[in-house]
Amino acid sequence: MQFIGQMILNGLMTSSFYALIAVGLSLVFGVMHIVNFAHGEFYMVGAYTVWVLFALLDWPFFVAVGVAILVVGILGLVSEKLIFRRARGNVLNGFIMSVGLVFILQVAVVEIWGVGKMKPVPAAYPQILHFMGATTWQRFILFPATVILLGSLWYFLGNFKIGRALRASAEDPEAASLYGMSPRKSAALAMFLGSAMAGAAGGLMAPIMSVHPYMGHAVIWTAFVVIIVGGAGNIKGTLYASIIFGFLTTIITTFLDSTIANLVNTLVMLVLLAIRPEGLVAHAEK
Amino acid sequence: MTAVMIALPFVVSGYKVDFLTMLMVNVILAVSFRVITTTGGWSLAHVPMMGAGAYATALMSGNLGIPFWFSMPLAGLVAGLIGLGISYPLRRTEGFAFFVASFAAGEALRLCWIRFKIPFGGHQGLVVPPPMLVPGVQWLDFAEAIPYYFLTLVVTVFCLMIMHRLDVCRIGSTFKTIHSEENLAKSMGINTARYKMLALTIGSFFAGIAGVLLAHRLWAIEPDQFGFSTTLYLLVWVVFGGTTTFSGPILGVVVLSIIGELLRPLADWVPMVYGIIIILTLIFLPGGLESLPSRIGIPKGKFWRAQITVEDR
Repeated sequence: MQFIGQMILNGLMTSSFYALIAVGLSLVFGVMHIVNFAHGEFYMVGAYTVWVLFALLDWPFFVAVGVAILVVGILGLVSEKLIFRRARGNVLNGFIMSVGLVFILQVAVVEIWGVGKMKPVPAAYPQILHFMGATTWQRFILFPATVILLGSLWYFLGNFKIGRALRASAEDPEAASLYGMSPRKSAALAMFLGSAMAGAAGGLMAPIMSVHPYMGHAVIWTAFVVIIVGGAGNIKGTLYASIIFGFLTTIITTFLDSTIANLVNTLVMLVLLAIRPEGLVAHAEK
Repeated sequence: MTAVMIALPFVVSGYKVDFLTMLMVNVILAVSFRVITTTGGWSLAHVPMMGAGAYATALMSGNLGIPFWFSMPLAGLVAGLIGLGISYPLRRTEGFAFFVASFAAGEALRLCWIRFKIPFGGHQGLVVPPPMLVPGVQWLDFAEAIPYYFLTLVVTVFCLMIMHRLDVCRIGSTFKTIHSEENLAKSMGINTARYKMLALTIGSFFAGIAGVLLAHRLWAIEPDQFGFSTTLYLLVWVVFGGTTTFSGPILGVVVLSIIGELLRPLADWVPMVYGIIIILTLIFLPGGLESLPSRIGIPKGKFWRAQITVEDR
């Protein structure tokens, strides 16, 4: 019983992490039709922000995470203005541009902070939490934080005028612009929100993961698998897919190891694509 | 052109010969990538496919002692078969799903080389013996740079001839039709999914050949060589050169490799420079270098094609 409880707890936290990363990516794709490869690097920048503010400057942890969210959100906004806007909805061009951005950000971080040394971020809440198993508060925080962040995103998209306008322009940009929601404005907003989610994930994971310039790579892979299965642009589907893959990864990691888990995740995605090219949840029923 | 390439190794220094050999390997890689892009799919598993060829030849010539002339096509075949396997789930996906799924599939392949130490050697990779062309002949040592250069030259010219033939024949035109007018192709009874699979298989085969040449030149291979930064280089070459003509990718590889050589003192910055080049190319010169002549007003093949589309509308 203890064992199963532990597994559920771990699965919950892995799912939260996947959801936090993938929902932002999915939102950006839904509105802008850009597969942002640099999303993983945005996550990395978020982790570095927390490292600088929390580990080096001794700011409170949640303030550091908040700043990381803002910094990465603004980074997304700037890259939309400078780069992605010029792809003009062309999926291939936007995608290749984001690949270019990946390497610009990686080299920038390597040149500023170096690649060799570890960037240890101490746990802000190292106390042990006993609930269905044992974990540190630091890890557990991920779950309520994700619920709060995704919940407020959900509330924003559903109950605020501008949030609803964003959803409208994801579904039909022309009709939305007739009602005064310019595609540029919605693209900038989506990019800010989506990147901010990546920043939040990076900030929250910084004390748990090792912080280095290439940490985004493993994450973007999983995020891609999740949004393919969930149906890109479909936030609800992405959420379901993150839960499925979070638990799948946890179960396989418990019995075998995490590399096999990655392989199985990819295999599941390929098999699903072979059977249902449109993803687990159909694209239309948003 | 070929005559110049034959004369070159006797003129330039030893290090440059190595550079030219690598250049030709990259030319095969970029041109084989174009075989796939003509159908409209930009496979991000292409560099891992090159790795598949390299690993296959390393295992075959290292462990089994198979001579080069057999191991090279066999390794290409292995890469082609893996490409075929990946292409099955990808055959109906479009645009974004194609990139993402091919990326994940390629990374999964790379992860296999890291995870399964037997026979792939994990992070350390494998040692590749120098190529055995004819067992027993000692006087021609292909571990030397210049003989290997000529071997690469012969293989490259051969591969390019086949791929050029493919590009102008019926299959090549079908690939292009699938890209530009998928519904028209379907209504004419062309099985587009099958042709896409064919393109990925052929492209992967030649990527495998490039991998064989790379492995025997470097004598050692490891998973990191076939990682995502190599994919970035490939994308930059192809985008910078352009993909509508056969010579576009070749142009891209040659020009950017020379720029890369000039930037050698700043090696750490090269990925960033490439990233900036790719973004600027897409913003200011979306057709790549090959579109430059028609852009500055020299009428070329593109000119009349543009007119036809105007008449159609």
